[in-house]
Amino acid sequence: MEALLEAAVRLAVPLLLAALGELIIERSGIINIGTEGLMLCGAFGGFAIAVASGSVWLGAAGGGAAAACVGVLFAYFVVVRRADQIVVGTAINLLALGATGLAVRALYPGMAPVSPTFGTVAVPLLSELPVIGGALFRQTPYVYLCLLITPLLAFALARSRPGLRLRAVGECARAADAEGVGVSRTRFAAVLLGSLLAGLAGSALSLAQSNTFTEGMTAGRGFIALTIVIFGRWRPGGIVLAALFFGAASALQHRLQARGTDLPYQLTLMLPYVLTLLVLALASGRSSAPADLGKAYRRESR
Amino acid sequence: MTGWWPRGLARRHVVERFASDTLRAAGAVLFASLIAGVVIAALGFSPVEAIRALLAGSLIGPAALTATLLKTGPLLLTGLAVALCFRCGVWNIGAEGQLYAGALLATLVATRWLVGAPAVLVLPCLILAGALGGALWAAIAGALRVMRGVNEVISTILLNFVAIQLVSLAVHGPLQESAGAYPQSDALAQAARLPELARIHLGIPIAVLLALAGSFLLFHTAAGFRMRAVGLSPVAARFAGIVPERQLLLTICLAGALAGLAGAFEVSGVTGRLFESLSPGYGYTAIAVALLARLHPLAVVPSAFFFGVLEAGGGAMQREAGVPAVATDLVKGIVILLSIGFAAGVGGVRRVGPVARAPTSLSGPQADGEVL
Repeated sequence: MEALLEAAVRLAVPLLLAALGELIIERSGIINIGTEGLMLCGAFGGFAIAVASGSVWLGAAGGGAAAACVGVLFAYFVVVRRADQIVVGTAINLLALGATGLAVRALYPGMAPVSPTFGTVAVPLLSELPVIGGALFRQTPYVYLCLLITPLLAFALARSRPGLRLRAVGECARAADAEGVGVSRTRFAAVLLGSLLAGLAGSALSLAQSNTFTEGMTAGRGFIALTIVIFGRWRPGGIVLAALFFGAASALQHRLQARGTDLPYQLTLMLPYVLTLLVLALASGRSSAPADLGKAYRRESR
Repeated sequence: MTGWWPRGLARRHVVERFASDTLRAAGAVLFASLIAGVVIAALGFSPVEAIRALLAGSLIGPAALTATLLKTGPLLLTGLAVALCFRCGVWNIGAEGQLYAGALLATLVATRWLVGAPAVLVLPCLILAGALGGALWAAIAGALRVMRGVNEVISTILLNFVAIQLVSLAVHGPLQESAGAYPQSDALAQAARLPELARIHLGIPIAVLLALAGSFLLFHTAAGFRMRAVGLSPVAARFAGIVPERQLLLTICLAGALAGLAGAFEVSGVTGRLFESLSPGYGYTAIAVALLARLHPLAVVPSAFFFGVLEAGGGAMQREAGVPAVATDLVKGIVILLSIGFAAGVGGVRRVGPVARAPTSLSGPQADGEVL
């Protein structure tokens, strides 16, 4: 049980980080289906810099920075050129897959090397707690990062001035603009911050969950992050629960596969997607999504 | 003399538009190849060698050309599906899942229900099953959108993953070959295989004909006019007495049928079996195909051929020049950005009129959701 809980938290962390990044972006009114590509850039950037510098910390920072650079590209097309968000997101996914796949073969002909990885760090006293001690406090630094930024983000969105501005832009860009909030500036910043988190999530895959980079190693996790945001009803608390649920589902699936039970593993892989579809169908979907989600803002067409 | 020409539209106008669209598309392709070439060179590969290998593996010689045409077929059908949907303002990202659904139902018909039946019976049934499977799969997203207001971008992405897992489940379980060795279906009987014409299966000429039919539907029929009207402005369409919900459902089912057909043709014309990674992401490349074609069904034919060249040549490029095949994804991404990112006029103001082809309501799936 304790081992399962520990695995669930470990597997949930990249999903949670990416979903929180997506939350920031979507709350500003932009739908980003390029999370998969951003994570891939983070995974590769983190890996390459960790290998070159020998430092996992520099690697993690590099992963975040690499994804943020791609985020600038996304924001340029979506915020400045007001191109369609879905299409640009699709393009980012393809670009990232192509670019990282090329780069890994170019930099490391033959086989990609093994990178330094984050070890687990036990928090004194707290890690001795029954049941949750190991799951929450004997983990890689990524888990502690999540423990830190989730409440911070929840507080910022609910109470702080930048958080309220962000939400205002996402709910009604026109009204926010009339109040003097810079819509483009806010959205650009949201995309940057969100991409940074997606990049960190990617680096967690290459620097904490494995010790190398393989082509397309995100394997659809960016899309799972997208569904976690919906599942969590666009709220940080809900997103944490949803990410834990998805993490637990994949931990359980690994375990079932290892034991060789009769239950087809495809069912557990399918479950999160089917559940999200059901949630979308049963709850009237629009009530909790930001009202201006997906709409480009043109000042001149007010 | 110009009886088939749309009334009120001078021929000169259309020729000019055709020329400018063709130039833009060719520019996007050239520029994207150039950027990819620079990236390839910067990473220490030889771009000349890469392009030579890519073209040799896709265009030079009958075997290479056959490989390209076989990749063009599914890209053409799924690209057509995406183009029709985008024209109607429906964000169908689910051509991949619809392709798998079509392939699944077609395989079910061919290897379980109509075993031993003659070709005259099994072939039409298999083709219809493919179209039906794709249409039904797409109808889920359409119904969720119309009845529950669920954004079809999200639902079609989710349904892609579900369809892929369903196929995996089927080839590990009820549809697995009787030998039981590999996760794949039984081989289709010869009667269930599409006939071949000059090294390519019958599905490819059918796909080209369907592109012609799609163009006719969209620009020369009342049904196509209603689809385009909803794409340009659901509000205005409703005032004109069109029911946008009905158009949306019709269009996404039609698109699903086309993508499902692609799946059936793959199984019956190319692989002869159903297995897990039947499609190397045709349904996603389809978005690039449709956008490069500026959402015109006829232009989807050359556009699909271009991406077919990339798909078929990518493997040769990896084998002979050592440049990984995923480099072609880089080209796809850049082509999309160049086709859509710069389709809007200077300063982000969308040009009014026929040049800016993307329906304006496309930018806001939630926006027209309020109207629907």
